[in-house]
Amino acid sequence: MGKTLAEKILCRASGRPDAHSGVIVQVEPDAILTHDHQGPMTIREFGKFGDIELSHPERIHVFMDHRTPSQTEVAATNHKIMREFCREHGITHVNDVGTGICHDLLAEQAMVKPGEVVVGTDSHTVTIGGLGVFGTGVGSSEMAALWARGTVWFKIPSTIKVVLKGSIHPPINGKDIALALLKILNTDGATYKAMEFHGEGARALSIGNRLTLCNMCLEMGAKTAIFPVDDVIRAYYAEHGITDIEALQPDEDAVYEREIHIDLDVLPALVALPDSPGKVAEAALVRQERRRIDQALIGTCTNGRINDLREAAAVLKGKKVHESVRMLIVPATRQVLKQCLDEGLLEIFLNANAMVGVPACGPCGAYGMGAVAADEVCITTGSRNFIARLGSPKGIIYLGSPATVAASAVAGYVTDYAEDQ
Amino acid sequence: MIQKSLTGTAWKFGAEIDTGQIIPGKYIPLTDPMELASHVFEGIRPDFRSCIHHGDIIVAERNFGCGSSREHAPKAIRFAGISAVIADSFARIFYRNSLNLGLLPIAIPGISKKIAEGDQVEILPLEGVVKNLTTQEKFTFEPYEPFILEMIEHGGIIEHTKFLLNSVKL
Repeated sequence: MGKTLAEKILCRASGRPDAHSGVIVQVEPDAILTHDHQGPMTIREFGKFGDIELSHPERIHVFMDHRTPSQTEVAATNHKIMREFCREHGITHVNDVGTGICHDLLAEQAMVKPGEVVVGTDSHTVTIGGLGVFGTGVGSSEMAALWARGTVWFKIPSTIKVVLKGSIHPPINGKDIALALLKILNTDGATYKAMEFHGEGARALSIGNRLTLCNMCLEMGAKTAIFPVDDVIRAYYAEHGITDIEALQPDEDAVYEREIHIDLDVLPALVALPDSPGKVAEAALVRQERRRIDQALIGTCTNGRINDLREAAAVLKGKKVHESVRMLIVPATRQVLKQCLDEGLLEIFLNANAMVGVPACGPCGAYGMGAVAADEVCITTGSRNFIARLGSPKGIIYLGSPATVAASAVAGYVTDYAEDQ
Repeated sequence: MIQKSLTGTAWKFGAEIDTGQIIPGKYIPLTDPMELASHVFEGIRPDFRSCIHHGDIIVAERNFGCGSSREHAPKAIRFAGISAVIADSFARIFYRNSLNLGLLPIAIPGISKKIAEGDQVEILPLEGVVKNLTTQEKFTFEPYEPFILEMIEHGGIIEHTKFLLNSVKL
């Protein structure tokens, strides 16, 4: 019986070639990720083991991205604790304050390769599936145990096959594809499962859009989401000087739990309505309600990459953010910020009266920026709009693509990009 | 140690209670479990912390604990004195984190309609049984894997890992 990509990767990583979905295996992750939100608790738990060494310090990547730039004394102290821990325990992959968001840096600097397994103390570790990597999240105590022993258990998941037909037409974004899937799967339709992307529409997607799509699969409950290696992924790694890509592929006769088909040629701009990523509607329909907004946010590990910011800039060029809206744009990494500078996007953003922030997770969960007051309405490119995600439990949050958020910022209400041009 | 039987009062929660509603993002820089517990459900149910008794049980609708991987969420619940969460379904990472901390996550589809706020609930973890003592209804759930039970028996993943590290030394 054939195997899915998730089965193949976990079989390799566990040294159990005969395993299949449903089997529990011990896996040695190729890369291990933590950051300043879960890292301090991981260090606290690791301390309970006494004076022991990390099993594989060279596999550990540490990021300071959630509470940056050091927002409070507690945040600064946490960063200090992390730096000291890394120094003492021989962790050299340290991405300090200002470098950017962990998932973006992992991809941008090709820190991991297709077919590898990445385990992180972050739910959005699935993002890296856009590069053919098996990424998944765990909690701090489990991470402490992984630091100590180098292995972690997983039940090999069954897989949902997603077949994308046609191609998206900019500024339709990977975010819109993800929202289309959320409309079908809701916020738990992929719980415990892997998602695997196929079809000419998948192969035509840019790396940026693939990362966005895999990122949002977590919001459907997925354990992981992966693109099989293709020419786009090979070309991406070749640009980074990496040519020895292990091309694990799912078998032709792999068994999938479910197959979902989406026609990208007719995919409209979508938004998630308050208070769940699973409440999806067409932006053009929501536009008719003229739902006024107070804040527009662009950034986060979902939509803070250069392709996203180019799409936002295309909408904002020569326009002004509506006078009753505050707009914040936060590039995901220092490199993306530099690219914005080089390509003239910063000028477009500032001329439109948008604010531009330092690379960080920032507005995703109102980490030091982007909070809303009671009854205020926000539209964001982030991944979640659950109650209280951005400060007040009475805040009202919509999710959309960079172009949809930018168009809404200009209009002053939730709107479809295409309709307002 | 796994108790053979746990009994407590049920507190009801709705669907899609994400980890940010369990413990708001602003408290994530904190690592002290008791401090976290003092803010449990603060945003959506500010009176919860002061009303609960040790050993009480949360009963929720679908997809409990979705969202962020923050272990702070099950930790805040556990250290507030809650012994178990019974839900129609759980998000993956929350379920896993709960097991690692010794907060029993019990998934029984439809259970949220069978237990009301204030009902007395008994859980028999080893047998995979939940009883609503108020209505005398009985429900079953799939028992935990043996290695999970062993981990809970040791007191969670940290104590279990200590045991494994020491076994290697011996």
